[in-house]
Amino acid sequence: MAESTNAVKARNDRYNKFVETVTPKTNMVKAMFHSFVVGGITCMIGQGIGDIVKAIAPSMSADMVSNITSMVLVTVAILLTGLGVFDVIARQGGAGSFLPITGFANAMASASMEFKTEGLIFGTSVKLFSVVGPVVVNGIVWSSVAGLLNLWIMGM
Amino acid sequence: MLKHSEPESMTTGNVDELPSPTGFSKRPRVMRFYNTPRIIGRMSVVGEKESKGPVGKYFHKCETDDKMGEKTFERAEIRMFDTAVRGAVRDARLKIDDIDIMISGDLLNQMTTSSYAARDIGVPHIGIYGACSTMTEGLMMSAALVDAGYFSNIVCAASSHFATAERQFRYPLEYGCQRPPYAQWTVTGAGASVVSKNTKETERFPKIVMAIPGLITDYGINDLNNMGAAMAPAAMDTMFTLLTQSGFNADDFDMIVTGDLGKLGSDILRQLMLDRGIKLGQNYIDCGNIIYDVEQKCYQGGSGCACSATIFNAFIMEKLLSGEYKRIAYLATGALMSTQSCYQGETIPCISHAVVVESPFLEEK
Repeated sequence: MAESTNAVKARNDRYNKFVETVTPKTNMVKAMFHSFVVGGITCMIGQGIGDIVKAIAPSMSADMVSNITSMVLVTVAILLTGLGVFDVIARQGGAGSFLPITGFANAMASASMEFKTEGLIFGTSVKLFSVVGPVVVNGIVWSSVAGLLNLWIMGM
Repeated sequence: MLKHSEPESMTTGNVDELPSPTGFSKRPRVMRFYNTPRIIGRMSVVGEKESKGPVGKYFHKCETDDKMGEKTFERAEIRMFDTAVRGAVRDARLKIDDIDIMISGDLLNQMTTSSYAARDIGVPHIGIYGACSTMTEGLMMSAALVDAGYFSNIVCAASSHFATAERQFRYPLEYGCQRPPYAQWTVTGAGASVVSKNTKETERFPKIVMAIPGLITDYGINDLNNMGAAMAPAAMDTMFTLLTQSGFNADDFDMIVTGDLGKLGSDILRQLMLDRGIKLGQNYIDCGNIIYDVEQKCYQGGSGCACSATIFNAFIMEKLLSGEYKRIAYLATGALMSTQSCYQGETIPCISHAVVVESPFLEEK
């Protein structure tokens, strides 16, 4: 029995290695360039929005300006998701569209759109965080850890 | 063709030495249908994307709206399924009341599409799940039941929908994620065939002469996106059984059709068969490979029950009826995993059933 399991394992390893050699890989240089461009443009738009807000209301604090900028970016990302444009951009952009706050907005909006057919409670409410759940959980856990560390170091 | 450094690295000679059930077994597996059940009706319904592919003109009906005016994608799939089944029955010049049973399946949990459609159609129903191999499984079982004389008219069908499969197996539709270049695209469509017993009226239709139930084959692939590589060994096992036990050589078939291995999977299958000493030539095609054009950006090609079900009922049956193909082997492959099993680190077990169909124009030697 043990022998046959080993033989199967060896064959599977052999096959996996073979598959790896023939499977087409993502072109890293191209993918990184695309995500740099898309992510860069997103950030430039964000900076532009911030500058405009600042020009309109010069007395506004920097925190408030960045809050408003995020809100505008999130709204635009949700609109683009609803119009079915965001996933087209994201297919090219990869991490460039996924990492900024726009990616988070897209993940939530797409999930809520997708599951609205199951109703407001069992559909949208339950599945709203189905994609971004890990981000939220890890965000809370690690920021708590960072806060505790900060408190401990400050306490010394 | 494939390029890889050590051609003998995958020499499957030592695979044969493995003990059963994982190794290649010599147990006889061919079912021969001496009463030659006939496929007398067929219908294929596809989405817009599929209708623009290389074989688009063969499909009977194209649904341009993904939701088809229904409230949900699931309802749309049920409607597509219904259209295919009723269309096939009409094509066979029968009425729903003439159909004895329906054997069908789809990709969704608990096979809701086929059960809900069967509720509306009102025919006794046997639900089967073979993932993407559902159509061959259905044909095989229908042929066996008709051949044995239990029933005279059976409709078998399979369907899949990009939107419903995507939400069950992957992410929300509008979620912006990148797929790896070896991913495949689920086909939107439904295909149905009517299998009937051989009589004076039906002898001008293609006949099912042989079927081979598949062996679950798992070569340790656990990447949910790399279906082609996971399913290729299953296709290899069944194809090897077919070519060694049926008495036919690869050249005896005008076409050997696999289900939805995609470009990568069919290249791997060619290599695996070559390692076993069988060279697949021009007469081998893969439905997943031909359903989309390269320019449609569907990565390695199509997948899903409907991929081979629609192409078989449209393109392949057309050629069989016209006599251009005299004998074909149809091997759809299915990956029998769930999202849970994959996240739990399990590998993907796959299956492939084969059906051999002959044209009525085939002359007996």
